[in-house]
Amino acid sequence: MSTKARQNDKMRVFVPRDAAAKALGADAVAAAFAAAGAEVVRNGSRGMIWLEPLVEVERDGRRVGYGAAGVDDVPAILDGTAESLGPVEDIPFYAKQNRLTFQRCGVIDPLSLADYEAHGGLVGLRRAVEMVDADIVAEVTESGLRGRGGAGFPTGIKWDTVRKADGPQKYIVCNADEGDSGTFADRMIMEGDPFCLIEGMVIAGLAVGATKGYIYLRSEYPDAIEVMNAAIEIARESNVLGEVLHTEHHFDIEVRVGAGAYVCGEETSLLNSLEGKRGVVRAKPPLPALEGFLGRPTVVNNVISLATVPVIFEKGAAHYASFGLGRSKGTMPIQIAGNVKHGGLFETAFGMPLGELVNDIAGGSASGRPVKAVQVGGPLGAYFAPEKFDTPFAYEPFDGAGGLIGHAGVVIFDESADMLGMARFAMEFCAVESCGKCTPCRIGAVRGVETIDRIAQGDAGAIPLLVDLCETMKDGSLCALGGFTPYPVMSALEQFPEEFAGAREAAE
Amino acid sequence: MPDTAAPSETADIRAILDKNLTLEGPLLPILHDVQATYGCVPDAVRPHIADALNITQAELHGVISFYHDFRRKPVGQHLIKICRAEACQAVGANDLSDKVLGLLGLDWNGTSADGRITVEPVYCLGLCACGPAAMVDGEVRGRASAEALIAEVSA
Repeated sequence: MSTKARQNDKMRVFVPRDAAAKALGADAVAAAFAAAGAEVVRNGSRGMIWLEPLVEVERDGRRVGYGAAGVDDVPAILDGTAESLGPVEDIPFYAKQNRLTFQRCGVIDPLSLADYEAHGGLVGLRRAVEMVDADIVAEVTESGLRGRGGAGFPTGIKWDTVRKADGPQKYIVCNADEGDSGTFADRMIMEGDPFCLIEGMVIAGLAVGATKGYIYLRSEYPDAIEVMNAAIEIARESNVLGEVLHTEHHFDIEVRVGAGAYVCGEETSLLNSLEGKRGVVRAKPPLPALEGFLGRPTVVNNVISLATVPVIFEKGAAHYASFGLGRSKGTMPIQIAGNVKHGGLFETAFGMPLGELVNDIAGGSASGRPVKAVQVGGPLGAYFAPEKFDTPFAYEPFDGAGGLIGHAGVVIFDESADMLGMARFAMEFCAVESCGKCTPCRIGAVRGVETIDRIAQGDAGAIPLLVDLCETMKDGSLCALGGFTPYPVMSALEQFPEEFAGAREAAE
Repeated sequence: MPDTAAPSETADIRAILDKNLTLEGPLLPILHDVQATYGCVPDAVRPHIADALNITQAELHGVISFYHDFRRKPVGQHLIKICRAEACQAVGANDLSDKVLGLLGLDWNGTSADGRITVEPVYCLGLCACGPAAMVDGEVRGRASAEALIAEVSA
């Protein structure tokens, strides 16, 4: 191709439509490229949030990155004089990952089914429609996939319970109520690769004999709601949904929007909300697998669990299970957030030490001040001081270290963090969001705030009371909200006792 | 409770009910549509919803009041939501909200006297690696500053 012909071609430019990129000005950048005559593709995010808006330009078959790009940078990016980051896939943060679940996120146009198929999409579903239900479940069991929402329950076992259950109608419910602070993996994949979630839900439907799926998506994610709804419409027109790939199998999906209640991320409370009731937790048993939505057998899985299913069927259970550590098989999209230099989504095999993630991958704090603590697993997760940074990132090691990986959010705090204040916030949040069904959570959280206030005013005698209260909440609550709020509180108290005792000395 | 809905409102609520009644678990979709139409869930539409779903008004009130999203009165012309969750706190969310509320002379969930601006807390917008995060009239904002947020709604 002559140089002249090249210049006449429209240049293909990728500007993410991911909410984080939009929050940092991507829409204006995309508009500027379009006005300058470029062909703009609104891809998902690559997950390198500190570089957003991360603009990519196709040059000689490779995608060269520019970020963080502003409207003023558009002319220089187009004429090639702007300083680039080099090929995006060679940026160390990206190159060091094992991208399985997120293999297409940021690469493709999220609403192009052709693009999806050109990058491995629907390979898994084509395989699954040829299999009998028990074999589909066995494949998931062999992959070692465990619930990515936080509980870590083996997905294959849950599916098998629903498969064997009797019922006139079974359901696949996708928990997209990603309320944990520091987590955004669900949002990113719904905005960046929505067909992947749809494909995973269809395979789940084939496995257990369900024909209807719901995505319970939080109202705080308007961009994800828009992309998911558009993708479902395209999937229906293309027989990914409906008559699945023109076979006798039938499956359809509906998006249901949450209404701002954090506790609805708990599966039984989510089911009540989906039924149009108060989002109050249900006692278990009965398990949702047997008596779930409208009392019928229901699979409730997190977005990432379901979005990981296609790659398991595309590449085989053994391939997926070859990643990981011990009983934590496969990969985890870890979200590094808060006061962080290089924040974003880093998908890696289980087992990387926490400190390597915080210091080497993410580059420590954004402020440049020493890292004081990181909170892992959302508002119900424990704080880890640097002394515990050798803990490998996996289910059992974190449990052993007095914490949980949850939905794999890692929130970094520098030395300015007020740990007593963070403990108080954990109790305050629990009080605001408690569904009210069980006493330890409903009353305990309010008493927790009051007790921490007493400690802050110098009453050291209130510390044993707080410990006792945490014990009661942990053992006596019906769900993880009341049951796990003691994790951040107790981990702050145990690792930073001087901040709970110092208030008294300062007052004297 | 007397039905004080105006005739046009009655037509709106009828259309919303007709659209959603065949869904499994239709109440939340109905309430979202009602709020999108009226800016809130007005007391006057409650009897229509309760009748259509064959639930008591007490049950309906229980559901409406459970969820942070549903309100009885409309918000101001512009709505600023500021994230209060941990990841944003790690990068100054408390200072941001103190400043916004201070400059506007409001408390959380308050609306300015001229009815122009309401400020609400939100617990996580999923923008945790580019906080402090906020939302202005439904549009997301990262690394937000008080001045920029207020300027946006003052223009």
